[in-house]
Amino acid sequence: MASLGDLERSVMDLLWDSAEPLTANDLRDDLAALGTDAKELAVTTVLTVLARLEKKGLVERERSTRPHRYAACSSREDHTVGLLNEALGSAQDREAVLARFIGGITADEAASLRAILDSVKSA
Amino acid sequence: MLLTSYFLAALAIALAWPTPLALSKAKWITRAPVQAVLLWQAIALGGGLSMIGSMLVWGLTPLGDNLISALHGGWRLLMGDPGVQYPGVVHLFALSTAFLFGFHLVLTLIRAAWRTSRQRAKHRQLLLLLSNPSETRPNTLVIDHDMPVAYCVPGISNSVTVLSRGLLTQLTPEEQQAVITHERSHLDQRHDLLILAFTAWNEALPWLPTSKLALEAVRQLIEMLADDRALERVNRQTLLKAIVTVATAAAVEESTSANNSANAQLVGMPGGEVSSRRLQRLLSPENSLNRPSRILVLTSTVLLLACPTGLLIAPTLLSWN
Repeated sequence: MASLGDLERSVMDLLWDSAEPLTANDLRDDLAALGTDAKELAVTTVLTVLARLEKKGLVERERSTRPHRYAACSSREDHTVGLLNEALGSAQDREAVLARFIGGITADEAASLRAILDSVKSA
Repeated sequence: MLLTSYFLAALAIALAWPTPLALSKAKWITRAPVQAVLLWQAIALGGGLSMIGSMLVWGLTPLGDNLISALHGGWRLLMGDPGVQYPGVVHLFALSTAFLFGFHLVLTLIRAAWRTSRQRAKHRQLLLLLSNPSETRPNTLVIDHDMPVAYCVPGISNSVTVLSRGLLTQLTPEEQQAVITHERSHLDQRHDLLILAFTAWNEALPWLPTSKLALEAVRQLIEMLADDRALERVNRQTLLKAIVTVATAAAVEESTSANNSANAQLVGMPGGEVSSRRLQRLLSPENSLNRPSRILVLTSTVLLLACPTGLLIAPTLLSWN
């Protein structure tokens, strides 16, 4: 049986790749189609995973339909950009959270460094 | 006791203002980043100790000749022993200030640590959904994005290095080695704890401009430390090329994204003069600091910590009789 973390990931992947919102049953079938120990997977497990994802703000639930349908809040690309912005942004306490490779180098410095390296190369 | 408290107060003032100012301008720090980082820690710790210690010792003066007897006197006073002389409002005020200040420092540190670990957990959670483990490197995740990015998320047992696909395609294997060794050394040497402590110090004492100086200086120094580790594996040219590729991409990204990132840049990277020192020392290498000077720096570091600690334990060391 896959861990909840792995399931969360598979569910998010399915929702991100899907053009329209999915029900828990759709998701269970899709997960089964992926082939990983699917027979043991109950719809209630999928619902648990979805509830967790909803709590984390990653998934939205459409309550107007029965059964409820679920969709990803924002695209995979948006989330990736968000993560990278967090990594690149220079908020006050960010560097305590993450350590960046280019910590403390400004755009101007990058440009002048490039010029210096280019001149070395061509010399 | 009285003399000791005056001495500690003088030390606190020296460590709060002129010393950090001088150290932030010192030229030698790029030649001995390890010793410089240690000295900054001693200044912050020694400064805090002597600040609290001076008030504590002064407040306890009427109660005894040394800290032990004074604390004993204080205890008897609290127990309602009529034989003990009441210390007076001013002394009580100094004592409460010392305790409040100590609590304030500790609480700020705890709050900062809690906030940081929560943000990290949140970041890690999203990371697990969006990245794949590297096939070739342990404890490394690869994010699917064209921009060359490398960073690490520190943790007690779950530290992880994050690389973007762009980094793996745009950098040569040697340059990747430079980036990864740099990031690993941030994790191995637990630089995040250092930054956490100085961030908390800066938050606890926002009215003290030198706490900001210290944070900036330590940020730069840890980059130098990590660069030095990377240089053990690759040459300068390779490291510089890796830096310029990653930094240029990040700069373009920042200038094209929303205008609040311009603000963010101002907040996070002040002092162009200081920040470029990391690059200057890579472009024109300097010899590391000679042995006597290094020993001198280390001795001052030890003294800065030993003096206030020793005087707190035995305030009578400094007395006329």
